[in-house]
Amino acid sequence: MLLFILKGLLRDRSRSFFPIIIVSAGVLVTVFLSAFMSGYMDSMVRQNARFDTGHLKIVTNAYAEKLSQKPFDLGFIDIGDDFEQWKTDFPGIRWTPRIYFGALLDVPDELGNTMTQGDVFGMAIDIKDETAVRDIHLKEALIRGRLPRKADEILLSEDVFAKLDLKLNSTVTLLGSSIYGSMSLHNFTVSGTVRFGVEAIDRGGIVADIYDIRAFLDMPNGASEYFGFLPTGVYDDVQVQTIKKQFNAKYNTADEFAPVMLALTDQNNLGYLLQYMSLTLGMVSFVFIIIISIVLWNAGLMNSIRRYGEFGLRLAMGERKHHLYNWLIVESLSIGIVGSIIGAGLGVIVISYFHVKGFNFGAFTKDTSMMIENVVYTDLNAKHILLGMIPGLLSTIFGAMLAGIGIFHRKTSELFKELET
Amino acid sequence: MNETLVQINNISKIYPTGEGGFLALNKLSLDITDGEFMGIVGPSGSGKTTLLNIIGTLDEQTSGEVLVLGKHVNKLSSKESASLRANKIGFIFQTYNLLPVYTVYENVELPLLLLQMKKEERRKAVMQALEWVGLTDKMHSRPNQLSGGQGQRVSIARAMVKTPRLVIADEPTANLDTENSINILDTMLKINQDIGTTFIFSTHDPKVIQYLKRVVTLIDGEKVKDDYQTGI
Repeated sequence: MLLFILKGLLRDRSRSFFPIIIVSAGVLVTVFLSAFMSGYMDSMVRQNARFDTGHLKIVTNAYAEKLSQKPFDLGFIDIGDDFEQWKTDFPGIRWTPRIYFGALLDVPDELGNTMTQGDVFGMAIDIKDETAVRDIHLKEALIRGRLPRKADEILLSEDVFAKLDLKLNSTVTLLGSSIYGSMSLHNFTVSGTVRFGVEAIDRGGIVADIYDIRAFLDMPNGASEYFGFLPTGVYDDVQVQTIKKQFNAKYNTADEFAPVMLALTDQNNLGYLLQYMSLTLGMVSFVFIIIISIVLWNAGLMNSIRRYGEFGLRLAMGERKHHLYNWLIVESLSIGIVGSIIGAGLGVIVISYFHVKGFNFGAFTKDTSMMIENVVYTDLNAKHILLGMIPGLLSTIFGAMLAGIGIFHRKTSELFKELET
Repeated sequence: MNETLVQINNISKIYPTGEGGFLALNKLSLDITDGEFMGIVGPSGSGKTTLLNIIGTLDEQTSGEVLVLGKHVNKLSSKESASLRANKIGFIFQTYNLLPVYTVYENVELPLLLLQMKKEERRKAVMQALEWVGLTDKMHSRPNQLSGGQGQRVSIARAMVKTPRLVIADEPTANLDTENSINILDTMLKINQDIGTTFIFSTHDPKVIQYLKRVVTLIDGEKVKDDYQTGI
């Protein structure tokens, strides 16, 4: 009987080909949407972790209170021993010091007079530390020149470089205030330019070696923030919260310069934002699944209603209602499985392509201050395939089950009458 | 003497409507013996199809008693009535109702699949049934490749393939021309004579009526005549 049913399915395109197309399309769209939204969230987490939050961050209590202002004057000074102790306490975590600061970039002419000036946002990392360089993909971000190798070399964002009409190896002066509030001036040589693909940084950023910036800001062996990254390189909130709890229990006191650990989700409203996006993703996926289910359900229903005459005939020949109903479910399950496999297969191809190529949203993120990559890559993960297959499988079965209920509600003779219509 | 195949005692059938119900059959009694070639005739709305549906265990009477092959049809469970139809009753329809996606062979094979018969036995039975109706050369054709007469002959083969005791034919010639109608009737009469299958027709076609050996006339759900004739 199975062979007989399958023959019928394969030969009747309205029962197989078209429902399979609908199921495949629904699964494909669900898989893609889920992978894209997940990729977008991952991108946001990744960018924030690289440039602004780390997976974890250690700052002083006072700094934490004004975190959004990045007040480097409330950062750590001479903290070498403590830093070594943290490394020992949490050996899996990779730590790296950073200083964020604001300054005025002055470009002098041949006589040393100001030719042009601009506000810049500075990020100081340990450029001699390969992993710190890798954290922010500094080598990949390099557009011209080279990374700083010598003291007092600096990288400018390509936009700033172009705006100020500079040349490589030009001398520029940073004007700012030291940690103690006094005026601070320091000459740097432009060794290269960078573009990170993050509009918020690319608009007016500079990258310098932390040793030079410590001198510029009068922060011996200091850092405004210590970033921590999990060994897997992937943010895991449960793990991070555990570490944070342990650290703060051991080191955090009421002193305003005592260290306090912050998780990624404690910063920039990211906890709320990620929860909100996760909820939105869940809701969009759910609504989408419902819509696809209704479409497929309707297709299953129409298909089954169209076949009431055939059911009447089979009942007249002595087939039992349960037997007929079960075969109807088997048919729809076959359609659901085949359609879902095709849809998931296509979904894998599409999300794999965009996992490598990505979507370039550069034009849309031009004026945003959010830490979002210009190119968003889809998340290649089996969970999206499974999520996509749910409506594919369930909705066809629900459709057939609902349509099949008509077999039980109608008398055999009524179904039989539909043979004549 | 032949045994009584169908025994109908004082049955009525009322279809519920907004105005208290429509009386389709009114206190009707009828016995049909094994091997008969008989018909229920009457104008549209006289209750012919309702009576055939009740005999075929597709519907139930409102009151009275119907026994088919010695079984009270309104006391049968759905499983038992399905089993009775699967094993003992064949149906022939006005519009043939062949499944368009299957070949002639597969359409005729379907009732045997429901009986879970083995493949080789099925093949023998299908070929035998197609031989009866003279369509072995069309076994691989699809229904849309057949003429109306050939389609109805496939329908007869499908009803006969399980060699049922009783065949119910609801206006089998209504969509056929005279030549095809006569061919069909000849085929059914031959089967009736050769293997003794009982045929019950519902019809108002004079061509069919002249073939019948017994004609029961219904008007407004009541039996008004029950005549035996020599037939063709």
